[in-house]
Amino acid sequence: MLKDITLGQYFPGNSFIHKMDPRMKIISSVLYIIILFVASRPLGLVLGVVLAVMMYVISRISGKMVLKSLKPVVPIILFTAILNLFFFAGPTEPLVSWGFIHIYREGIAMAIMMAVRIMCLIAGTSLLTYTTSPIELTDAIEVLMGPLKRFHVPVHEIAMMMTIALRFIPTLIEETDKIMNAQKARGADLESGGLVQRAKALIPILIPLFVSAFRRADELALAMECRCYRGSVGRTRLKQLEYSSRDFVALAFMLLCLGAVIAINCIFPKMI
Amino acid sequence: MAVIKTEHLTHTYSEGTPFVKMAIQDVNLSIEEGEMVGVIGHTGSGKSTLIQHFNGLLKPTSGKIYIDGEDMWADTTRLRDIRFKVGLVFQYPEYQLFEETVYKDISFGPKNMGLSEEEVDRRVRQAASFVNVTEEMMHKSPFELSGGQKRRVAIAGILAMQPKVLILDEPTAGLDPKGRDRILGQIQEYQQDQKNTVLIVSHSMEDVAKFARKVLVMNQSKVFLYDDTEAVFAHAQEIEQMGLAVPQVTRVFTHLAEMGYPVDPHTYTIQAAKQQVLDLFEQQEKGGKKNA
Repeated sequence: MLKDITLGQYFPGNSFIHKMDPRMKIISSVLYIIILFVASRPLGLVLGVVLAVMMYVISRISGKMVLKSLKPVVPIILFTAILNLFFFAGPTEPLVSWGFIHIYREGIAMAIMMAVRIMCLIAGTSLLTYTTSPIELTDAIEVLMGPLKRFHVPVHEIAMMMTIALRFIPTLIEETDKIMNAQKARGADLESGGLVQRAKALIPILIPLFVSAFRRADELALAMECRCYRGSVGRTRLKQLEYSSRDFVALAFMLLCLGAVIAINCIFPKMI
Repeated sequence: MAVIKTEHLTHTYSEGTPFVKMAIQDVNLSIEEGEMVGVIGHTGSGKSTLIQHFNGLLKPTSGKIYIDGEDMWADTTRLRDIRFKVGLVFQYPEYQLFEETVYKDISFGPKNMGLSEEEVDRRVRQAASFVNVTEEMMHKSPFELSGGQKRRVAIAGILAMQPKVLILDEPTAGLDPKGRDRILGQIQEYQQDQKNTVLIVSHSMEDVAKFARKVLVMNQSKVFLYDDTEAVFAHAQEIEQMGLAVPQVTRVFTHLAEMGYPVDPHTYTIQAAKQQVLDLFEQQEKGGKKNA
């Protein structure tokens, strides 16, 4: 049951996007988000959609994954679309008036654009986690957040905590599975009963799980200390992140797209 | 009557995905009541998968399991009752302790069975006495106990359910030799006292040779052998080829037999070995006298 949860959504591959420096991937993702929000004309958004499709084609991640990543946000998309549809007051006469609800032409356009924008946002940013391993991702975050060290933000420690947390998710899932089986063998009934009963049934699982999580944390801390880990001070890396020409091509391309979207905004009249 | 019976039992993990893996295939077994069985096999040979089927934690991909003559998966509403007939002690069972006191933890299983309070109390005390959990320990928190004590408490938690079949997955893993002998001895006592069926999964051939009357050898997701201990260790060479070690005595005696000494190469207990060596010396002494 628990094995069906896919948390590590990383799909190893060998594409242009997979090989990009994780830092540049994060920067490109941020640029992509900016593009989506700067684009206020339909043509600009079309460019955003094309860009997303293109990135998926290049990374050779199947379209099914896009649908999978969109599934949990469908309610949010619908909610924003409906809000925009019903409560956007345009300058022209409403198309439909029904009680206090007025639907304007601009409202419809706005609803569609918002929906498309959110979908692109999710699809585009999911690509980052699809093509970057969690370890690479935390490494990149650590480097990108580097400047915050000046303000005494423990950047390295935060990154290390993220890495450890990610690393232990599968372990804890496995552990939960084991404990659940063990308690089931003792006759624990996890599937029936009312809400209170079910919550109570979780106690025999949660307590051993917490105990073992603390034990693991303790052991890990000891193991790290044995290897002389003392935080970021004087720590070097086995794998240095290095930008290659590939990354600059990607950056240039993203900037070009941003420029194009701004140009579209200037050329075409404001629709709303 | 066979207390556990399987027919063409097969289990495949992650079917329909690229990670498909055949864990056990075509297992036909019949384990009689009152048997003391040692289950051995390499890591990944399917032992754990097999024993989880006996307890109904895994549903067979195909094939059937009968517990006490009843088809386990015929009526899923009966599954929980059948599950109570088979007590399964997992590896490192001490990690499943959760109650405030040892007493409460041992009573978790019997309580789930819906027994009366007196019956629960009786069973808890009986189970505790089998594994030497003292009255004083009963009121402690399980988290205050030592590793070996915790393990015994966890085993008592299953014993208190008085299952017809008791299955233990590596009950001695991570214990010192003293703790190991103690737990195995207690399980043996329990088995002799209750005349129940006991299955012990073990990596240690020495242990298996000591307690088991029958041995089940799993290899590459299939049953390689299920026979009397003696008959199984007669296949010492094949077992060693699987990457499992036969008891040291057996290895020594196989070599002695190869060297031409008149000994039984399938010896697997120290007592039998001792007797044979003594006999051998006696014969030589006699022979020596004759020569002189």
